[in-house]
Parts: sequence; structure tokens; C-alpha cells
Amino acid sequence: MDRRVSAAARTPFPANWTVRALWTALALYVLYACGILDVSWDRFLRGLDNGDRFLRRMFPPDLSAQKLDLLRVGMLESMQIAVLSTAAGIVLSLPLGLLAARNLMPGWVSWTARGAIALCRSFHPVITAILFVKAVGFGALAGVLALIVASMGFISKLFAEAIEEMSLRQVEAVRATGAGFFNVLVMGVFPQVIARFIGFCVYQLDSNLRNSTMVGIVGGGGIGATLFTAYQRFDYDFVLTILLAIIAVIMVAEVVSAQLRKAFQ
Amino acid sequence: MRRWRRFTPAQRIGRALTYVLAAVAVVWSLRTIEVIPEFLYDAPEQTADLFRRMWPIDWAFWGEMVAEALVETFHTATLGTIIALVLSVPVALLAARNVTPSATLNLLAKFILVSSRSVNSLIWALLFVAIFGPGALAGTLAIAFRSIGFVGKLLAEALEEMPRGPLEALVAAGAPRPSILLKGYWPQVEPSFWSVALFRWDINIRESAVLGLVGAGGIGVALDTALNNLYWDQVGLCLLVIFAVVVATEIATSAIRSRII
Amino acid sequence: MSAALAIRNLRKEYRAGVPVLRDVSLEVGGTGMTAIIGPSGTGKSTLIRCINRLVDPTAGEILFGGQDLARLKGRALRKARRRIGMVFQEYNLVERLSVIENLLCGRLGYVPVWRAWLRRFPPQDVARAFDLLDAVGLGDFATRRADALSGGQRQRVGIARAIMQDPELVLADEPTSSLDPKTSVEIMELLARLARERGIPVVVNIHNVELAKRFAERIVGMSQGAIVFDGAPSELRESDLLAIYGGEGWIDA
Repeated sequence: MDRRVSAAARTPFPANWTVRALWTALALYVLYACGILDVSWDRFLRGLDNGDRFLRRMFPPDLSAQKLDLLRVGMLESMQIAVLSTAAGIVLSLPLGLLAARNLMPGWVSWTARGAIALCRSFHPVITAILFVKAVGFGALAGVLALIVASMGFISKLFAEAIEEMSLRQVEAVRATGAGFFNVLVMGVFPQVIARFIGFCVYQLDSNLRNSTMVGIVGGGGIGATLFTAYQRFDYDFVLTILLAIIAVIMVAEVVSAQLRKAFQ
Repeated sequence: MRRWRRFTPAQRIGRALTYVLAAVAVVWSLRTIEVIPEFLYDAPEQTADLFRRMWPIDWAFWGEMVAEALVETFHTATLGTIIALVLSVPVALLAARNVTPSATLNLLAKFILVSSRSVNSLIWALLFVAIFGPGALAGTLAIAFRSIGFVGKLLAEALEEMPRGPLEALVAAGAPRPSILLKGYWPQVEPSFWSVALFRWDINIRESAVLGLVGAGGIGVALDTALNNLYWDQVGLCLLVIFAVVVATEIATSAIRSRII
Repeated sequence: MSAALAIRNLRKEYRAGVPVLRDVSLEVGGTGMTAIIGPSGTGKSTLIRCINRLVDPTAGEILFGGQDLARLKGRALRKARRRIGMVFQEYNLVERLSVIENLLCGRLGYVPVWRAWLRRFPPQDVARAFDLLDAVGLGDFATRRADALSGGQRQRVGIARAIMQDPELVLADEPTSSLDPKTSVEIMELLARLARERGIPVVVNIHNVELAKRFAERIVGMSQGAIVFDGAPSELRESDLLAIYGGEGWIDA
């Protein structure tokens, strides 16, 4: 029997110095960042005081008829932005995702498509909204265009990944029957990926609804514009109304989209 | 001759209904959206004008404002993510049905998570700027509060989907609750936790970049300044920097993912 | 008997200088089942797949219906593939489609895209599909999803799909390798019978020598990329098997 078994092998819970070092580094970083950002406890407490006053001005939410009407118009516009941008985004993402699939397309085609998708995903929808406002003017159209770009970035990427994960053997068999490219797509590729594709589309509808509440802040229409105006006018009780409405609508949308995604499994 | 019925009558109705609903939604949206034709015709010219004004890029702006702002953006995103991770753990624990049997607490926690997710980080930033004044504090809290919902939801789902076996073993051995949490739940949920944390950090870097547009610090402030002055060459620099940061973060997260997770 | 398929000097190198098929020449007659046997890695599967160009040969000719399949491209290749049905080792059904949709895939070489998209296949194709389903014993399975079927059932659908093409030749690449012994016999029997009834020649790649001897009229033995035996099952002797398999390994095939 080897008695020279090391002490370390005998300890049930040896100290992992790398992990400990990482945790220490993290704690130090937090302190450092707080310093740089001027996040001090003092400021925080003062802010809480401010926050108390702020919250008081928000309660109770403004439910007057005139404001509710503004709210209705804004929310409807946001929903329209979400619907249109998702619809157009789906239509455009179908070919873009196909072109980006490396197992279906020649190298140069898929790399170009992937580049386009990466470009769509690079910028926050707010930034693309600003650019579109410059191009097509204030209003919902800029918001729709910005969210179309965001939708294409998301749906196409996941769609392309789903296609790359599909079983090529099934596709090979369909090709062996003499089917042309599009017939192979329709009967060999789509049946394998369509369920996931629909899932991505439903998720993006949900996401676009969220984002449509915000593009208005930079001129892209929707409830975001209403919110920003109220905010700048210090109409904080109306701001609360709008926030509650947004939360309610998105909650409903989440439930609906979860059900839809389950139905298509 | 036998007929092939691809869908059951129930399925057919369901499908028809979905198509009709979708069509109605799209048509209604198209009709009510306002498109001013003059603006639309102008669009190509405006876009060309935009790109012309962005070039050449104003590199001097980097030293003036952008470099500092970039650092601020990074710290806002990272600190905000860390705060969110810390705060989301108790909420997720309360929201998971198998950890907290009380339905009321579950509902409350889930409501907190949904609210956090429904309000955009930009809107959170507006609120925090009103409370704490403009600057990175507002931005950090905005990022934190928005991320709680994201991280908390995924954590709660991971907790609920956990296999019961190891937990039952701990309960049977008479372990107290905190021990079960630490030694039973945590080891199993840990990989998902870090994966979600990394994912959210990636998204938060993008979000932090725009929070400055409403005064919450970071590159957005530089962007906002440039936009207000209509100095499109400075805007161009900001966009370039944001793009570079996004690419760098993607590379970093892929590297971390492949090595550690 | 005219040759339905004539392979001349077929050569395939996956890596330069390392041929998997060495100048293989083979003529397949107008009817009956030809079984290709041999150990794994000897090029049986490559040979079969070269015929319908799932694999591209490096050199040689594949004469079928007055054309050299090795030279065809694009539309011409697709038209040629319509006339060749294939049965795969792992069935290769589109799992999320129903059984009847998988069968109708056999007609995809003949229908325009809109018909496939809307699933409005010509009525006579649908009728034939039902008849074929009956012929393979799956008459009630038309609307079941393909992934709900057992292995043997899936292979029957695979065979029916190949026959749906109304082909002049059927290729089968190890059709029984994923099946248990009893089902393997059923499948070979089905394939042989259907092909015989319709007068379609079958070329099967199989590693179970007993099955090959039982159902094929002609056995072709391959070893290391070349044909070392070609004759009736009754002519197959132990010495031939040794030449093909290089050992007693064929006993547990």
C-alpha cells in the first residue's frame, strides 16, 4: 500500500485558488467601477429621497378621459408598428436565412448573407430608428423600418442555424428522386425547420412589441413618443398610467406567444 | 377512390382563423400607419446626404468625448449586470414553484419579473434620470432593473425544470433549507446561470451604448451631443465605435463560451 | 437481355492516389435482383451512390437509358434521377411529414413547386400512393407522421417511395442493416416481390450473405474496390467468399 498518497488527495474539499481569485477580482472590480461611475452610497441615499418624492408625484396614475384617449392612440400605433415590422421581417428573413445556410449555399453566398445579418444585428433598434428618422422623417414609418432591420437580424440568424442543424440525409433522399431545388426545399428542408421558424417569428413579434414602445423616444412613433412627451412635461402621473398599460399589454402578449409556440411544437 | 385529408376539420378551422387574423392585423396596420409621400420620395436623397455628411469621420471627437464615454459604457453595462445577477437570485427563488410553495409569492415574484422585462432599459433610464439625476448611476440602475426580469425568468425556469432526485436525497438526509439551496440547487443551476449571465452582459453592452441618449451616461451622451449639433461626422465616429464594441464583445463572449462553458 | 445499366471502368478516389473503386465494370440486366456483397469499406456503397450521382465518380462511364450518367448536370441529371429509385439504410424519410407525403416525394421530379407547396398533387398520383401503401401493408398509415413508425415500417415506406417514381431501376444501399433479422427478411422479400411484379431491376448493396443468396438472382462480390466474383448464388463457393471477405468474418454477417 502506497503511504505516500498526497495530503491534497485526502482533503475532501480542497481550496480552489483560481475560483477564489476570480471572486476576489470580481469584488474588487465592483468597488473600482462604483468609484469610476461615481456610484456612491451617499448619492444613492439622496436619490432615494428624490425617488420618494418622484413616486408620490406618480401616484395615483392619471386616468382622465383625455389622457386615456392619448394612451389608446399611442398603444394602437405601437401595436401596428409591431405587427407590420414582424410581418415584413418574416417575409424578408425567409430568403435571407436560406441564403445564409452554409449547408445549402455556396460559400460566397452564405458569407455575404451572414455579413448582412451581422450588420442588421449590430445596432440597437434605437440607433437604426434615429437613422431612419433622418431618412424618412418622424413617425411610425421610421419605427417600422428600424424594427424590420432588427427582426431580420434575429430571425434570419436563428433560421440559418436551424437549417444548418437539420438532417442532410432526409434532404439527400428527396434529391435522389430527381426533385428540383425548390421542391427539395419545400418537401425536404422546410418540414424539418418550420416549427422552429414559427417559434422565432412569434418570439420576434413579442420582442417588436416591446421595442415599439421605445422607438418613439427618438421619433419613431408609438407610445414611446407619448411617454417621452409626458415625461418632459413632468406629467409623471400620466407616465405611470402609460407604464402600467405597457406592462399589461406585454404580459398578455407573453402569455399569448407562449401558447402559440406550444401549439406549433 | 380514397381521398387524402391533410388536416382534420378542427385543424383546418384553426389554420384558416390564424391566416385571417394575421391578414386583418396587417391590413389594419397598413391602413392606419401614416406615410407622408413627400418624405418617402425624399428618402434616397436624404440617405445619400446622411452618408455624405458622415464622411470623413471626425476622429478628433474620440479624444474629446468618445474614449471616456466608452469606458463609462463598459462599466455601466458590467456593473449593471452584476447588480442584476445578485438581485435576480432571490426573486427567481421566490418565483420557482418547487422552491417556494406559496402561490401568492410565486405570483408576486413573477409579476416583478414581467414588469422588469416589459419596461425597456431606455424607459427605466428615463425614470432613474428623473430620480438620481443624469449620469452613469441612472444608467447602471436602468441596466440592472431591466436585466433582473431576463435573468430571473431564465433562472426560475432552470430551477423548475431541475431533476428532483438529488434534492430528495438531501431532504431525506435531513439537510436544512439553506444547505439544500446551496448544495442541491446551486450546483445544478450553476452552468445555466453563468451562460445566462454572459448572454445578458453581451446584450447589456449594446443597451448601455444608447442609454446616454436620454442622459444616462456612456457613449449615448456623445451620440446625443453630436446629433443635437447635427455634426454627422461625429455621429459617424460614435456609430463606428459602437459597432467595434459590439464586434469585440461578440468575439469575447464566444471565446469565453468555448473555453469555460 | 438488354442491359438496363452498364458501368464501364468506374473509378473513384476520395483522396488522390487512394482509389476506393478501381476500374469497376458491370452490366446489369433488365430484370431481377443483383446483390453486391463484400466487407465494409470495399466500395459497395460508393458504387451504388455513383450510379445516381450522390457521389461523383472520378473517371469512367455509367450508361443508362442511352445517356452517360457520369456526365450529366443540372436538369438532365434530375430527369435521369427520376428514373432511378433509391432505398436507404436509414430509411431517410422526412420524419415530420406524413407517410403519404413521403410517398408523394417520389413524384417530386414531375410536379411543379406550387403543387408541392400546397400539397395539391395530381389525383392519379395520390391514388397510386394509396395503392402502393396497400401493397406494402401500410394501408391505414397514410396520415401518420413518419417518425411515429417502427424501423421496418419506415423502410417499407422507403421502398414504396422508390417505386412511386415508376423507375427503370431501383438502388438499395444496405436496406436491412438497421433492421432486426426477421424484419430484414420481410423487407428483402417485399423489395424482391414488388420489383419482380413491375419488372424493375434492383441493385442491392448488402453485407448479409445469406439474405443475398436467398433473394438475389445474381451475386457480385467486391473486395478492395474491385469485382472478384460475379455469378449466380449457387455458384458462390467458400473459396470465393474467402477471396471476397479475406477471412471467416462473413459468417457473422
